[in-house]
Order: sequence, then C-alpha cells, then structure tokens
Amino acid sequence: MNFKLKVWRQADHTSSGSFETYEANNVNANQSFMEVLDVVNDDLTKAGKEPIAFDHDCREGICGTCSCVINGEPHGPEDKVTSCQVYMRSFQDGETITVEPFRAKPFPILKDLVTDRSAFDKIIQAGGFISVNTGQAPDANALPIGRETAELAFDAAHCIGCGACVAACKNSSAMLFVSAKVTHLGLLPQGQPERNRRSLKMVEVMDAQGFGGCTNTGACEAVCPKGIPLEFISRLNRDYITASLMERPESE
Amino acid sequence: MILKRLFQSTIGKKILMAFTGVLLFGFVIIHMLGNWQVFAGAEALNDYAQLIQSKAFVLWGFRLGLLAVVALHLWAAITLTIANRAAAPEKYAESKTLGTTWASRSMTLSGCIVLGFIIFHLLHFTVRTVPGTPEYFQQDLKGRHDVYAMVVHAFQNPWLVGIYVVGVGLLSLHLSHGLQSMFRSLGWSDKRYLPLQMNLARIFAGLIFVGMSGVPLAIFFQLKDF
Repeated sequence: MNFKLKVWRQADHTSSGSFETYEANNVNANQSFMEVLDVVNDDLTKAGKEPIAFDHDCREGICGTCSCVINGEPHGPEDKVTSCQVYMRSFQDGETITVEPFRAKPFPILKDLVTDRSAFDKIIQAGGFISVNTGQAPDANALPIGRETAELAFDAAHCIGCGACVAACKNSSAMLFVSAKVTHLGLLPQGQPERNRRSLKMVEVMDAQGFGGCTNTGACEAVCPKGIPLEFISRLNRDYITASLMERPESE
Repeated sequence: MILKRLFQSTIGKKILMAFTGVLLFGFVIIHMLGNWQVFAGAEALNDYAQLIQSKAFVLWGFRLGLLAVVALHLWAAITLTIANRAAAPEKYAESKTLGTTWASRSMTLSGCIVLGFIIFHLLHFTVRTVPGTPEYFQQDLKGRHDVYAMVVHAFQNPWLVGIYVVGVGLLSLHLSHGLQSMFRSLGWSDKRYLPLQMNLARIFAGLIFVGMSGVPLAIFFQLKDF
C-alpha cells in the first residue's frame, strides 16, 4: 500500500506550525500506523532532516501516551483503540492521511505531534487518590464490594488519561476524564473519605487549568479508546452537587 | 460556598443553565397551551388575554421573574461560551462530527437566533412596534384588547409566518439538545434513563414545533375559518 502523510510540523511551543507531506510507499497493510511513522522518520533521518516527533510508549494500547488526531479523529478511525493500535488496513490504498496533534489550550504543543498533557497530572494531584494505610495489601474480598459496583468502578478505572476526550471536545473539556476518576474512586469503599473533597478539588483544578465546560455533545465518548461512557459525567455532576451542598466553610 | 460554586465553576454554571432552562421550557409549554385558545375562537383567546393582563402586579411579577431567568440563562451561556472558545482556540485541519448532533454543536447559534426571535416577537405582539404592522389597538365588542384580530391579521403576512416558523423551529432544535442535556447537567442520567431522556427531549421538541408553528400556519393556510 502507498500513502501520503500530511503531518503537522511545529518546531516548539512558541513557533507556528504547518503541514508537511511525506510519502510512505510499499507499506504492509498489517503494519501499525506508528510503525509507518517510524519508517518515515528513518528516511527523514537518513536524508539529514528532522524526524517527526510523536508520543508513544507501550504500543500495546494501555499506557495512554500516544496521541495524534488522524483524519480528524483522535486516535484514528478504529473504534475504542489508541493511535498505536491503528493498522494500515484501516485506510484506503493511495489515501492522504492527515495527522495533527491534540489541539487544546491546556495541552500546549511541545513539538510536532507531541503535546504537554501535564494538566491532567495537576487534576489527579488535586484529588485523584485515596488515603491508605501502609503495610501489606489487604486480603482479596476482605472488603465486601458488590459485583455490579466493582464492575462499574472497573469500567471507570479503564481510563488511561490519554486526553482524547479533550482533543475531541469542541470546548476542550476534561469532564470525561475527571468523571472517570471520580466514578472509579467514588464507587469503592476506599474512596469514600475523600469523596466530597475529591470532586470539588478536581473540578476546581480542571477549571483553573483552562479546560472548557461540558455541553453534552458526546464527542468524547465516541473517541475514548477505553469506552468511558458519557453517563459518568452525569455521575460527576451528581457528586459535585452533593459535595457542594455538604461542603463546610474552609477550616479543614 | 454552594452559591460561589454555582456561579463560578463550569459545572455550577451548567447547573444554572439546566435549572433556568427547565423554567423556560415550562414557560414555553404554558405559552403554547395559551396559543391554542386561538382555535377556540375570538371569545376564548380574548378572555384568556384579559385574564392574564387583569392583575398588573401578577403580570409584572411574572414578567420580571421570567426576565431574571432569561438573564441568568444568558449570563451562564455567555460566560461558558467565552471560556469554552478560549479553551479550544485552534481548529483541526480535518474535523469530523464524532457522533455529535448538529443541534448539540450549535446551541450558541440556535440560542442567539431564538433570542433575536423573542425580541422581535415581543416588539411585534407585546410592545407592538414592528414597522409595517397596522394599528393593533383595536378593541373587541366587549371592550377588551382584540388579541384574536391582531394575531389573525398578522399571520396573513407570509413574511411574518416565515419568521415565526423559523423562530420556533430553532427553539425546538435548541430544546431537542437542551432538554436531554439538562438531565445530565443536573446529574440525573445514566444508561438506564438516557435513551428515555433523549426520546423525551425529541418528542417535546417536536411537539413544541408542531404546536407553536401550527398557529401561524393554520391561520395563513385558512385551515379553519379564522
């Protein structure tokens, strides 16, 4: 298969970027999209040019490092996979593939397709944790948790924090991400002590980091590689309302 | 604290939007039911109009309350839209709809047009200063303001019919997303209720379009002897 890759090139955060087109010829249909970028980069390096910078780590679809908006879709055309799990058989032979970085104010572009997503870390630091006793891990089933609850919490825990929800949202809202964390921790007994503070603090930092608000369009759910459902946003709103009502004046 | 969060956080503002939106939706339903008096004839509509206007403090209390609700809805919409636009300043070269509806992506646009329509509508039938419309200060035989004659006369004009049909059309579109979004913003939605809520939103949006645009269209096309 032969492709043209129209890739966003940007030297650093301060400079303005533009698209460059590269040829990728004799591509195997079962090569992954990132392997094709590797091949293109090899050619660029050999020609003495700057290779395309892109985020990747595990290449198994579980770490949340890879980003990229491929043909207008964060993580590309396949359903519920990350960019690293996109294979060239998903494209038409001869197609021009447009590759852009995640575009959102809170995710500044560092170089080419690499964005700084540390705004998510700030949100996690604000409340994405539980307080646990040190010592040995507790026995399995020592804390009784119903299966339905455990499954729902696990669905939320699937979030790998890649930021595709923000990239897809017309408001660059981080609500799906925050709702996944709040749902995951808020459903389990270990998450109860900080439950109210968690939703208040995480939303506070989410707003402070410059993410937009949720308009319930559902674009985030459509692109999420882990299938985090929109209903968690409703759950976050519910938790936030409860927490606001139960909040005591600043003294803690 | 709760007030501070309500007026400052994105979630709080969305709660305000949802809450004021529900009130406005309730008003639209009452308004629509009132409009249907036109089908019952001049007597019924003018009676109804007089009833509404009979107590000045009730009327003005209601109007000011409604204005406050609209103002809150607008304030939340404007501040959120500014923040949302600032959060996503750069557009993608290639963009897809990603499972979203046009109605959900265009709430600002539909909202602005509906606001314009409401202002026009108030100038037209309430303040009665829309240029080109004849003297509406007629009274019926019982000395009441003849709302029936005013409405029936206005909707002989195809332009006015067009403005009203488009206006309520966009209102319905706005509601088709707003009504389901409202449930989610208020935290009252999960996968058991979501399909029901989406269908309810569409049904009510459709009902409002048919029920509201039905009046000017019925008058214009003489579906009944007006």
